[in-house]
Amino acid sequence: MSILIDEKTRLLVQGITGGEGSFHTQRCIEYGTKVVAGVTPGKGGSEILGVPVFNTAEIAVKETRANASMIFVPPAFAADATLEAADAGIPLVVCITEGIPVLDMVMVHSYLRNKSTRLIGPNCPGIISPGKCKVGLMVGDIHLQGNVGVVSRSGTLTYEVVAQLTSFGIGQSTCVGIGGDPLPGSTFVDILKLFQEDKDTKAVVLIGEIGGTTEQEAAQFIKEKMTKPVVAFVAGATAPADKRMGHAGAIISGSSSRAKDKIAALANAGAIIAPSPAEIGLTMKKALEK
Amino acid sequence: MKIHEFQAKVLLSEFGIPVPRGGIATAPAEAKKIAAELGGKVAIKAQVYAGGRGKAGGIKVANTPEEAEKLAAQMLGTRLVTHQTTPEGVPVGKVLVERAVSVQRELYLSIIVDGASRMPVMMASEAGGMDIEEVARVSPEKIIRVYIDPAAGFQAFQGRKLAYGMNLSPTQIRPATSLMTNLYKLFQARDCSLAEINPLVATADGELLALDAKLNFDDNALFRHSDIEQLHDLEQVDPLEARANELGVKNYIKMDGNIGCMVNGAGLAMAVMDLITKAGGKPANFLDIGTVNNIDRVIAAFKVFTTDPNVKAVLVNIFGGMARVDVIAQGIVEAHKQMDIRLPLVIRLAGTNVDEGKRILSESKVKFIEATDFYDAARKAVEAAEGGGK
Repeated sequence: MSILIDEKTRLLVQGITGGEGSFHTQRCIEYGTKVVAGVTPGKGGSEILGVPVFNTAEIAVKETRANASMIFVPPAFAADATLEAADAGIPLVVCITEGIPVLDMVMVHSYLRNKSTRLIGPNCPGIISPGKCKVGLMVGDIHLQGNVGVVSRSGTLTYEVVAQLTSFGIGQSTCVGIGGDPLPGSTFVDILKLFQEDKDTKAVVLIGEIGGTTEQEAAQFIKEKMTKPVVAFVAGATAPADKRMGHAGAIISGSSSRAKDKIAALANAGAIIAPSPAEIGLTMKKALEK
Repeated sequence: MKIHEFQAKVLLSEFGIPVPRGGIATAPAEAKKIAAELGGKVAIKAQVYAGGRGKAGGIKVANTPEEAEKLAAQMLGTRLVTHQTTPEGVPVGKVLVERAVSVQRELYLSIIVDGASRMPVMMASEAGGMDIEEVARVSPEKIIRVYIDPAAGFQAFQGRKLAYGMNLSPTQIRPATSLMTNLYKLFQARDCSLAEINPLVATADGELLALDAKLNFDDNALFRHSDIEQLHDLEQVDPLEARANELGVKNYIKMDGNIGCMVNGAGLAMAVMDLITKAGGKPANFLDIGTVNNIDRVIAAFKVFTTDPNVKAVLVNIFGGMARVDVIAQGIVEAHKQMDIRLPLVIRLAGTNVDEGKRILSESKVKFIEATDFYDAARKAVEAAEGGGK
């Protein structure tokens, strides 16, 4: 098993005809993902990469029974595309787009509260269940099918970590990039829950960053609910202090946005802390040998 | 993106929020003229992108137009150092000359997007003024919060909750509620990431006024607010950050080390900085080169590195996903064609189109040290910076 995506995933790509959209769609197809439809308003009826293109997500879902969507729409229109996917009843939406205004995402979250759609991203590399399905930007061949789940706020740092795991022969059940934006569709806790329930996931790597409080929420969940080992790393211990957001930002997050506070929270919750980003794979190897 | 207090107050006024009368001066004589027009006591306020001005001598009171001129002359053209700035401080190019008001109460009011609830939150406190963060730590119950459902907008009952919570007088409840409604309208309409009025004062006459104001804007939304984008004062930003910004390199933050870093992705960029530190070195900057697949931004990044006298070596670590390694490699080659770059260069490439990227580099005349992974890259860059510099 795996979480979120597998052989049964039927993918719709919103923004399939754009440069990035078509490039990465092709990579997904080559990896084995079943891309069943594309949506670009005004280009309905055409075909790209052998995939039929529709004007709206609703028609695309009706015609192709797509059950997941990947969004490559430019930032000004990406919130709208996300709502369109949710309205079409697509249960999983992966929004790759970087640079969506925060208040657009506030509106998206408000709309999604009454929908069953799960949003991953935005500003994320996507999801891969190695050997089964890839919905995103990650390079397929660094991955190896296996039993370690990976969840991360960072895209490229995840690639580094996966390459380390694979070099030790440690395969991955699913790797989820939840994205680096302040208002992600899914949080660490959402994904940890899925990994905890997934029979084929034996351990989890969690990669956090400075800023916000999501690592602390993850720590709370790990302490209370996780029985599987979690190896964690938080990037940014030496980064410039979080750019000050007036007093209001400090009131909201207190000191919790710093790396050392996040690491302390995760360590207290029983997570195994990797001493450096270059030793995450090794730390997991040791954890699995225990 | 930040703007100055006087600009924030113009926006507040546009949205019907009362602010003290005043004018902006770039020369002492202007300050004198504005003070004479306003009459009576005035406050002279240095316009800088930093908090803590009061304690640092950036806010002074003048009793006469002559005194206003003298105080403005003392501030203009100097650099103000506060606890939020670097030791070099920030330049004072403008002062706001404002009619002094007799303050009866100092309140606090702000809006920010809250990550946990995924909604804007409005916070109010009757303990406004300088030490609001201390209030939040010591007596958090003194800060009242209401969460704003974006579909419903800010509601009058929420305004009453905050206004009564701050123990305002009966005649102040309505004006306060209307002020809060307007502040949310501004926050929403102009894509603010922060709207903060500290202090919001009640004057001796019972009037509510935004005595100080801070507005920050969501960089991702500037595409629909070109008028706001134009307000950005690059004088207030670190010169290298300003130069980077001018060249279209957006995610650049100057630091005090000697290794110029070009990395794709913020998390990886931070991890590489962590590794440089672990290897005994210091990064000269944070730079997420991002995912734009054109060579111009890579060339621009090298322009920034060569402008920074502290940089003794450059580390490029790219794990291609959205960013294509071949394009980055072309950019590196082109940068070396356009400029005489003598800095030692350590390159580690992986990911999308890596073979093509490596071929482009190896067939070029660019001299570089190849690294096998990111820790290897960090170690080699630290070594190169030590050997090449000082």
